[in-house]
Amino acid sequence: MTGEPFVAWIGQMLPLGFSWSWGLDGWIVVIGSLAAVASSLLGNFLVLRKMSMLGDAITHAVLPGIAVAFLLTQTRSSPAMFVGAVIVGLLTAVFTEWIRGAGGVDEGASMGVVFTSLFALGLVILVQTADAVDLDPNCVLYGSIELTPLDTVSVGGRDVPRAAVVLAVVTVVNALFVLLFFKELRLTSFDPALATTMGFSSKWMHYGLMILVSVTAVACFESVGSILVVAMFIVPAAAAYMLTDRLGVMIAISIALAIVSAVLGHVLALSVPAWIGYRSTTTSGMIAVAAGGLFFAAATLGPRHGVLVKLVRRQLLSLRILCDDIVASLFRGEELEQQPPTATWLAGELFASNWSMKTALAMLRRRGEVADQDDRLQLTHVGRERGQRLVRSHRLWEQYLVDRAGSGAERIHDQAERFEHFTDRNLRDELAKETDTPVEDPHGRPIPDES
Amino acid sequence: MLNPPERNDDANLPTAARDDGTGAEVPLSVYDLTVAYHRKPVIWDVGFDLPAGQLIGIVGPNGAGKSTLLKAVMDLIPRASGRVRVFGDTYRENRHRVGYVPQRESVDWQFPVSALDVVAMGLYDKIGWCRPVRKRHREQAREALGRVGIGDLADRQISQLSGGQQQRTFLARALVQDADLYLMDEPFAAVDAATERAIVEILRDLKERGKTAAVIHHDLQTVPEYFDYVVLLNMRVVAQGPVSQTFTQDNLQKTYGGRLTLLDEVTEAMRRRESSL
Ligand SMILES: Nc1ncnc2c1ncn2[C@@H]1O[C@H](COP(=O)(O)OP(=O)(O)OP(=O)(O)O)[C@@H](O)[C@H]1O
Ligand SMILES: [Mg+2]
Repeated sequence: MTGEPFVAWIGQMLPLGFSWSWGLDGWIVVIGSLAAVASSLLGNFLVLRKMSMLGDAITHAVLPGIAVAFLLTQTRSSPAMFVGAVIVGLLTAVFTEWIRGAGGVDEGASMGVVFTSLFALGLVILVQTADAVDLDPNCVLYGSIELTPLDTVSVGGRDVPRAAVVLAVVTVVNALFVLLFFKELRLTSFDPALATTMGFSSKWMHYGLMILVSVTAVACFESVGSILVVAMFIVPAAAAYMLTDRLGVMIAISIALAIVSAVLGHVLALSVPAWIGYRSTTTSGMIAVAAGGLFFAAATLGPRHGVLVKLVRRQLLSLRILCDDIVASLFRGEELEQQPPTATWLAGELFASNWSMKTALAMLRRRGEVADQDDRLQLTHVGRERGQRLVRSHRLWEQYLVDRAGSGAERIHDQAERFEHFTDRNLRDELAKETDTPVEDPHGRPIPDES
Repeated sequence: MLNPPERNDDANLPTAARDDGTGAEVPLSVYDLTVAYHRKPVIWDVGFDLPAGQLIGIVGPNGAGKSTLLKAVMDLIPRASGRVRVFGDTYRENRHRVGYVPQRESVDWQFPVSALDVVAMGLYDKIGWCRPVRKRHREQAREALGRVGIGDLADRQISQLSGGQQQRTFLARALVQDADLYLMDEPFAAVDAATERAIVEILRDLKERGKTAAVIHHDLQTVPEYFDYVVLLNMRVVAQGPVSQTFTQDNLQKTYGGRLTLLDEVTEAMRRRESSL
């Protein structure tokens, strides 16, 4: 492997306190990444079709398929395992539909019935046969990605872990599916009715997707186990959904997040327990934790639905409005030839907190719109222009509301107070035109010219 | 199967033969159509022939089965009985000649696609399986968005469009389908006056080009202004024909009056009885 210097460099840069071997850890990361990428490719469409639960159901329900196939063939890597899983996976989808239609219960409930029963059945078969054959139920549930590099096959004269080969094939198949049917998947996920009228059967797309989900679930079993594989399906795609509003970009981001979670998960599995004095923990668990962390980051920081971003935006807006209010009220004071106010007095007048007043004034001073004279605040030339624009907007709005919207004079101030912050030059010109270029507002105060 | 109620008028019989002698094909001919959800029929023995090249209003109270009718015509839901002919053949045979504008609530507007992507979906049929959407398709979609007056919003994610703009997007998608028969489910729902006018313009333009449009419509006031022909529906076809003759106070009373809720009640009672057996 040629990566040795790079890892040595990482080791120096980040004193993580773990040892890394490409032959082992390298493969673990590759296998983890392949499992995560293969799953999240399909996961995008599970998320968009609001079928995350069905993904969950199938990944659990394929267990009896695997168990029975294993029982019959006594081998782990047999194609029978895939066939068994696909059959049970499809049965899950069909049963779910059927119970929902016939029983009149909602989808979640019917899915719950189907997959818990199948999962339990699978567990029973597994535990019953585990003694007779070489299969550890724990491995099926949690995976054993750490052991996968040891089970190799020869590919072109080199020993490659079998799991890597299987997962690489599944990843390629899934990627081809998404690429070839991108348009069809988009249409059937967005508007199944239109798709069906056009002859793109959304039912067949649905079952195609379910077959691949079953196959992928089986392929991922050995590495991440049946419980965590659903995290691979859903979490990177759900995080990507928060970060973009384009489908192609969403898929690309989900792939990137899948790879990052796999790498991060393994590094964390090696390093975190060492810090707190334990031996390394399970990588597959850590991959899911890492993916969960990335999802949390996307949920708080994402531009589309991010909680934090919304919070910051709202803060910035209220700060801008406070700046407007300060400038406008200084302008009105000048108009009435009052003595310039102090910051404390103005804060009380505008119901502004100490902190936000300070921040707003700092912004205004830096932009050179407000200057201090002793302890009093004064508008600069630039600030006066801004104040004039705001007051003009305010009074034009008042005029407009009385004139055109027929509002009573008592109620217009508050509305105008809100609108003035969102009124630009064009809108002001239109307001002036609509109200026949007034010189006074309804309260008889002069409307200043456009500066 | 339940027996249909007695037939007391000719409204449910097609008024025109399949070929009415004028040479124009009948865009949509429905005969004896019955559709049931969970064995409870929601439309009974519905029959009509739509005249070619006209704007047709489909009118009826909430729950009358208007959306169900359109869906059954397009094979989106199974029919209990009846026959549908589109331009003289089965729907399946002629589906590329039919454009569909679904109810706006039928899709998830948070879906990560732009207005342009949505309009381009109207071309997927022509593009065919597994072939990508190309530049010329996107140009075509952009042009259609321009025609409905929102060309500048092409690249917006669809949840960032207003209700009226979303409706226009759906309409643009139907336009690129370049169909001969359009089936529209409440395109005028919750749009402002400007959008309403724009939609009417588009409908008239379609008519001018010889297309037929069947439009589910709720605002009775505007029916005579917008449509040439009307189908009054409440579980059955109450009346159908040119607006001037059919859109009468009497017929409206029959459509919106309580008469047919009795039908509803009796089928509900029958269903309950049967399921308790
Ligand atoms: N998927 C469904 N399952 C069961 N019943 C349904 C279903 N869809 C519609 N119905 C019932 O069928 C009847 C007709 O519904 P439909 O949507 O066709 O009415 P509509 O005329 O389009 O009404 P609206 O004006 O409210 O859109 C209603 O009573 C409705 O409750
Ligand atoms: Mg409807």
